[in-house]
Amino acid sequence: MAIADLANPARFLAFADRTIPWLGGVAVIAFAFGINQAMLAPDDYQQGATVKIMFLHVPGAWLGMLGWGVMTVAALGTLVWRHPLADVTAKATAPIGAAFTLMCLVTGSLWGRPTWGTYWVWDARLTSVLLLFLLYLGVIAVWRTVEDPSRAARAAAILTLVGAIDLPIIKFSVEWWNTLHQPASVMRMGGSTIDKSILIPLFIMTVAFTLTFATLVLAAMRNEILRRRVRTLRLIQASAAS
Amino acid sequence: MSEAAHTGFIIAAYAVAAIVVASLCAWVMLDYRAQRRSLADLERRGIARRSAAARPESIEQRAKEKA
Repeated sequence: MAIADLANPARFLAFADRTIPWLGGVAVIAFAFGINQAMLAPDDYQQGATVKIMFLHVPGAWLGMLGWGVMTVAALGTLVWRHPLADVTAKATAPIGAAFTLMCLVTGSLWGRPTWGTYWVWDARLTSVLLLFLLYLGVIAVWRTVEDPSRAARAAAILTLVGAIDLPIIKFSVEWWNTLHQPASVMRMGGSTIDKSILIPLFIMTVAFTLTFATLVLAAMRNEILRRRVRTLRLIQASAAS
Repeated sequence: MSEAAHTGFIIAAYAVAAIVVASLCAWVMLDYRAQRRSLADLERRGIARRSAAARPESIEQRAKEKA
């Protein structure tokens, strides 16, 4: 099946039905392996055992930003190309991206208390990630308050494109400003500064969370297509009754 | 801060992650069932989309049979 064929909602549903169980299964296996590796990872010389929180915090941060990235591409699809699945993708991704951003914030706080001595500081990195979470809530609110799906899609797409400015701010905040949050240590010029004994479990956990994210987005997109069918049938029912 | 106190933070972080992932899984599964139930209910009442009414056999059914 060509990727372009998936633009057809019926073909997408058939693809999702086939893919979701496999993708979910691979995610479960990746989690089993990743958690095992995470528990066997040595303590960090500075962070001690709390480095194990990084195996959750870093994937949460990555998926929070990936979610908004997916929504940004979908927003262009809605506004520029009017792709049939673009607003379905954007609406389905928002709550999932919000949940992973929340996971990043909470696990970061739980790491910060024993390491920094505080749950929260208003530094640029933490504040810009909190802003991302609030932007997610804003997009979800737009979807829930505007009744007409096409109008809601356009409003949410504009908010998403404006909010995309936050992504480079999050990424480069640790370089542009003095922050308590440490600078980039995984994805940086010159390679990662993390030892392999910690980097490998971190990579496996990131893959597991990303597979889970993909499975959840596919499942939520399938639900959204079905919800739109239900809406269409209810409109037909209402017009037949009047 | 003692290692025992660190353990509490680590367990709390893993519990939060488990709750987030489990809640998302439950949400998509319950929503899927609800939408399927609503669609089945409407189809039982004879309400069909124009495209589906023109072709009684839905695209999904054909795709499933093909698979």
